[in-house]
Amino acid sequence: MNNQKPLRVLLAKPGLDGHDKGAKIVASLLRDAGVEVIYTGLKQTIGQIVTAAIQEDVDVIALSVLSGAHVGLSQSLMARLRKEGADKVPVVIGGVIPRQDIEELEEIGIARVFPVESSLDSITEYFTGRGWEAGK
Amino acid sequence: MNEMNNLEEIRKEKERWYSQCVDSSRVRPRKASWGSDLDLIYTPDNLTDTDYLRDIGFSGEFPFVRGVQPSMYRGRLWSMRQYAGFGRPEETNTRYRQLLKEGQTGLSVAFDLPTQNGYDSDDPLVREEVGRVGVAVDSLKDYEIIFEGIPLDKITTSMTLNPTAAIGLAMYVALAQKQGIGLDKIGGTLQNDILKEYLARGTQIFPPDPSLRLIGDIIEYCHKDVPRFNTISICGYHMREAGCTIIQEVAYCLSDAIVYVEEVLKRGIDIDDFAPRLSFLLCCGMNLFEEVAKFRAARRLWAKIIKNRFNAKNPRSMMLRMFSGCSASAFTDKEPLNNITRGAIMSLVAALAGCQAIHTTSYDEAYAIPGEVSQRTALRTQQIIAYETDAAAVVDPMGGSYFLERLTNDIEREVEKEMARIEERGGMLKGISDGSIQRDIARQAYEEAKEIEKGEKVVVSVNKFASDEKGYDVELHRTDPDVRKRQVERLQELKRERDNKKVEAALEEIRRVAGNSENLMPPILTAVHEYATLGEICGILRDEWGEYREVF
Repeated sequence: MNNQKPLRVLLAKPGLDGHDKGAKIVASLLRDAGVEVIYTGLKQTIGQIVTAAIQEDVDVIALSVLSGAHVGLSQSLMARLRKEGADKVPVVIGGVIPRQDIEELEEIGIARVFPVESSLDSITEYFTGRGWEAGK
Repeated sequence: MNEMNNLEEIRKEKERWYSQCVDSSRVRPRKASWGSDLDLIYTPDNLTDTDYLRDIGFSGEFPFVRGVQPSMYRGRLWSMRQYAGFGRPEETNTRYRQLLKEGQTGLSVAFDLPTQNGYDSDDPLVREEVGRVGVAVDSLKDYEIIFEGIPLDKITTSMTLNPTAAIGLAMYVALAQKQGIGLDKIGGTLQNDILKEYLARGTQIFPPDPSLRLIGDIIEYCHKDVPRFNTISICGYHMREAGCTIIQEVAYCLSDAIVYVEEVLKRGIDIDDFAPRLSFLLCCGMNLFEEVAKFRAARRLWAKIIKNRFNAKNPRSMMLRMFSGCSASAFTDKEPLNNITRGAIMSLVAALAGCQAIHTTSYDEAYAIPGEVSQRTALRTQQIIAYETDAAAVVDPMGGSYFLERLTNDIEREVEKEMARIEERGGMLKGISDGSIQRDIARQAYEEAKEIEKGEKVVVSVNKFASDEKGYDVELHRTDPDVRKRQVERLQELKRERDNKKVEAALEEIRRVAGNSENLMPPILTAVHEYATLGEICGILRDEWGEYREVF
């Protein structure tokens, strides 16, 4: 673990959802844990997010969605990553996500879902422990 | 509040009581949410700085601490205004008729994100979001369906639109004109508060200067033509939900209000000609006493600002009229039925605080937009408070509580300090453009998240009495996957059937006026009448004004 270079996370807000409280909390949290966070800001298209992920050579993409559009946006993102040959990059999602939707998101290929009230520790542990490598 | 010698006696007795009766080793003192120490018990000597007639007075009179109307709820109850709207206009119309039948007294339109951000339903950028968090609106045609069978001269309608508020208002006005209803008969509220969008809600489109000009245009137009419309709802709510303290909530809200007032005064309009139609939206959180005190302090602060800083003469200009909603971020996805209790407490806050309209958040909103049952339960919550309790029996029933009056004074003083700090740093516009206010809010949000994580701030069923509930007994509202398809079909049909030459001419007129300083409302109204779409109108304005670049 110690000789690994710092983890790089692209934290992205896809779609028109303007609620960024959670994304900014996660950005602060991960930075405090020594992670390099690249935050895209609001209203990013799927194309912009994939381009940023490739250019910034990130280890993982973290989406924040509170608009209810998490399934459709995740599908579009995964399809675009495949098209660009970047589908090895794991994708994590958090926000107002009903637990009923977690299974569907995992089937689409989302590595991990963090619904409302996920503890800060569980988020930090997952990222710093590169939870996606363990296959969850 | 009392004779000085009496107060002196009370103070001495209180000291005696503390030393004789209170075992200080067993007392765990609390702090107010902004950090100052709370006394164990509040007594008249906590209010030595208060002169009743000067500082509190009577409802309907300066400084309006006890309420804006003399008779408050004994004259007219608050408007029960549930924020609602989803899918296509047809479905929203059905939900509205249902809510009105169940006794709701005003409408509050939730628009989908494309409508709030100035895109039509066929825009490739918005594929996933049509009809999702609110109703999809592309043209006047959609308004005709949303309000079918609903008498515009009998109800009032609140529209949560900000950069697209001018277009939403124009559609409402055009609909009234088509139905032959006089514009002096229609009423409602536009949110129309762009500054908090830059800080918290994120539906901004244009940079601050043209955005403020558009808001000024709306206020000027309504003053002349649509006198019963509240032209703006200046919000502290969303900044609070994004993480700031109650002090910052009121300070940012009133500082934003000052920016808007100055924008309109620049046009040579008298303060008393538009200030009576400014309205406000603050958040109701779970700290019952602090929250009620906050609303009372905000009323006194605003009355003083309008009277002393802007020299208003009309008492109506000084009234801080308030819509309030529950803090949705206080809702948990664990054991969601507990949210009914939270919603009831926060709605009670709004009633005890003398709000003019109240929204009760539905218990399933930690998951999704509300379903029919949860929406009805939320409305019933308000009806129970209004009709089964004595919360509405007298004006400002909590007024005179030593604790409440002390909190009211303290919050007022803290907000004044915060507002002075904002002015010292160059004002709200400066704080937004350099990102310092955004960063302040984000820092507070992170601190609060850490407090919840450590259990310092209790959330029942989450970090105390933690739930082991596995099942989720909430039936969720699901967005109909065909909404976008059907909405796009209607839009295409509309574009075939309307007079496209007239639409183009109307859009060009908007372009011309956007480039000078005439009022934009008349050309937008003309375009809307010709069924120009919201996306087309915003497209022109984007061309002319450019788009805002986020600062964080």
